[in-house]
Amino acid sequence: MLLIHCPYCDDTLPELEFSYAGEAHIARPADPSKLSDEEWRDFLFIRTNVKGVHAERWRHINGCGRFFNALRDTVSDRFLTTYKAGEARPDTTTLEAAE
Amino acid sequence: MNAPVTSFDAVSVSVLPPVARFNLRIAPADLATVSKAFGLTLPTKIGQGEQNGDRAAYCIGPDEWLLHAAEADQQAIVAAFNAVREKTPHSLVVISDRELTISVTGPAALDLLSVACPLDLSRMANGSAKRTVFDYAQVVLIRDGEDAFRIEVWRSFFPHVHGLLEIAARELAIGL
Ligand SMILES: [Zn+2]
Repeated sequence: MLLIHCPYCDDTLPELEFSYAGEAHIARPADPSKLSDEEWRDFLFIRTNVKGVHAERWRHINGCGRFFNALRDTVSDRFLTTYKAGEARPDTTTLEAAE
Repeated sequence: MNAPVTSFDAVSVSVLPPVARFNLRIAPADLATVSKAFGLTLPTKIGQGEQNGDRAAYCIGPDEWLLHAAEADQQAIVAAFNAVREKTPHSLVVISDRELTISVTGPAALDLLSVACPLDLSRMANGSAKRTVFDYAQVVLIRDGEDAFRIEVWRSFFPHVHGLLEIAARELAIGL
């Protein structure tokens, strides 16, 4: 079982308490009606689907209830870090150097 | 309701009498006001509990608390919070009847709970509480002592959670 660190609880807890919530840092366009069909499609459906470090949302649904973000390596399934919603994506190079 | 009790030397599972139970959502900066209304200093760190007589408060989210009190005090507590709501916005929801409390006590309490709870329970401090899962049912787990736990579970999940505890307690009793 994966162990995930919740930045709100400040505790590392079993995956069963969490639910996955898709790619992180995708802001909803301020004025959707100004977008072309292609731009709206990209917002709704097109994701990076990265092989490697992925920024993604998780929710501590069976715990504190909060959404937060995580950097996870999609190859090894290893979590590099987790951070509170609203914070900028941490620099991956420094994280990997710290390993 | 009749309180079912499954009891062996190593572990005992019983259903506790009703309590007044509240879910409180409030900005942490306003805690002092409602602590006064409730008559107990609310803890500020997720997982922490605070107890005084039959009043108890457990922090289960960044802005969420579970409150316990004697059943007879329910209306008075609602009134006390109503009195401060105008200046201190918050939500206080009475959830007394939403949940049932199961007590799990005895030297094998940790073994019994780990049947369906994924937490490392040995790391849980006495007096603390956690919202977690028990075989996919959401529960609040409270640790009262080394060998004493309470599980608060929604009514609809109660037959499943209590049934599992009973089966597992029997298995522990015969040494499986
Ligand atoms: Zn959490």
